[in-house]
Amino acid sequence: MSVLEIAKGMGITLSKLFQKPVTISYPEQPAQLKPRFRGRHVLTRHTGTGLEKCIGCSLCAAACPAYAIYVEAAENDPRDPVSPGERYAKVYEINMLRCIFCGMCEEACPTGAVVLGNEFEMADYRYGDFVYGKQDMLVGTQGSKPQRREAKKYKKAVKMGFQVTVRPELEGVKYLASREVSS
Amino acid sequence: MPEWLLVLLIVVLKATLVSLGLLTTFAYMTLVERRLLARMQIRHGPNRVGFQGLLQPLADAVKSIFKEDIIVKNADKLVFLLAPVISVMAALTAFAIIPAGPAGSFFGEDPWVFDLDVGVLFVLAMTSMGVYGIFLGGWASGSKYPLLGGLRSSAQMISYELGMGLSILGLLMLVGDTNLRSIVEWQAANGAIIIFQSLAFVTFLISSFAETNRTPFDLPEAEQELVAGYLTEYSSIKWALFQMAEYINMITASALMATLFFGGYKGPAFLDAIIPGISSWPFVWFILKIAAFLFLFIWVRATLPRLRYDQLQRFGWKILFPIALFNTMFTAFYLAFFPNAPLWILGLLELGFVALWLAFSSRPAKEVLSTRAPMGGD
Repeated sequence: MSVLEIAKGMGITLSKLFQKPVTISYPEQPAQLKPRFRGRHVLTRHTGTGLEKCIGCSLCAAACPAYAIYVEAAENDPRDPVSPGERYAKVYEINMLRCIFCGMCEEACPTGAVVLGNEFEMADYRYGDFVYGKQDMLVGTQGSKPQRREAKKYKKAVKMGFQVTVRPELEGVKYLASREVSS
Repeated sequence: MPEWLLVLLIVVLKATLVSLGLLTTFAYMTLVERRLLARMQIRHGPNRVGFQGLLQPLADAVKSIFKEDIIVKNADKLVFLLAPVISVMAALTAFAIIPAGPAGSFFGEDPWVFDLDVGVLFVLAMTSMGVYGIFLGGWASGSKYPLLGGLRSSAQMISYELGMGLSILGLLMLVGDTNLRSIVEWQAANGAIIIFQSLAFVTFLISSFAETNRTPFDLPEAEQELVAGYLTEYSSIKWALFQMAEYINMITASALMATLFFGGYKGPAFLDAIIPGISSWPFVWFILKIAAFLFLFIWVRATLPRLRYDQLQRFGWKILFPIALFNTMFTAFYLAFFPNAPLWILGLLELGFVALWLAFSSRPAKEVLSTRAPMGGD
């Protein structure tokens, strides 16, 4: 009675016809990201003092399989330190064209300074624009380079096309909360 | 203006209208198919161009017209160009004979382009002509995969042509006329032929799926095996023409099924009690029936996986062909030996055969390819 099996299959496809699609109309509707999505990097700061967590050790650059990270460290001025350690990252650049978003830098970082965030809309026109500096990645920066450029041009707020469901039960970390802390 | 010129002009006008209608239906058929397929796969489908993607066919047309038209170096240029034209021509011509309403119902004119007494045979002949387009296209491309795809496709179409023709024979014996209009009128008088020839309808349905190269039998388009079959070397508008031929064939098959088995342009007679004359409204019932069958085509495409080539041929020759032949012989036997018996008994018997077929339809036992006994070291 394999015809019955065919009929069963036809019934399933017909019932799916009346189901709400699981895909979304992306630019209009925000994409729902998973909490552990690995997007554009964020350079975090210490809560309270607001000092940068990065101490310029270049371990992230060493761990990076795509050689996408370039760090240039400099000595901290003790009177006006950038980071709590002896040194800080004077230049911290990630080439987003090379980056494979594997999260090795995040794992290698001894201070938890570099964290992969949620942003992924980084399409741009020029090669040079894909090299993200410190100012593009420090916590509190909303949107990627092209998004901020557009927002500046039209004098609007940065529009981002995603939503993240916060799941505090994962490692007890509040993803959005930890990122919103800024100096 | 002489009489004959007027008639000619009207026929040309009707032919143009049918062509335009078919082309529009083809264009929107692609959109409807993509949307429905998408919804059956729980996606949205194309909804960007225009409201709900309604301009998508237009965008597709513009795209395929302005794409680079490649003629491969090894191609036989004339045949390569001619093949898609043959396909479309055969498809369009086949549809033109199918009546869309009773005589004189189209602004006083007859709602068909031409009327032949050999109607059914003509449709079968014209749809078979489509094989030439596919086969010549595959051959003229001058490369391997199109040739193989074209061969496969023509072998498939020729094999299923038999089943198709045989499943119509019983019907023709019942009606005693090959004119499509007589068949419709017979059905209006005696009830739709599906009641008396259900077995024939099942075989006809399956073979029309194979004839139009639609999903369970869309081997010419088996990407995994043959790239794109006979379409491999085609691009731009020539590719679109082949697609057009395929879709028009599908529409023709739907129209044929509606005409031969479901009462054609006549609606169900019991509705006349509610709204008088509704069953003989032209076009409405015809289009509704075609739409229902087109939906079936899409629905099946969304559900069934593709058959392997040997499975396809085995099914065609070992199952479909004998059953269609049996149906012909059985109907002939019934009509010859019990000329006065009521037809509903025939219908019941046919239904019984369908049930039997369904009951014995099962997956074929796993074939043992090699009977060689395992030896040492195996």
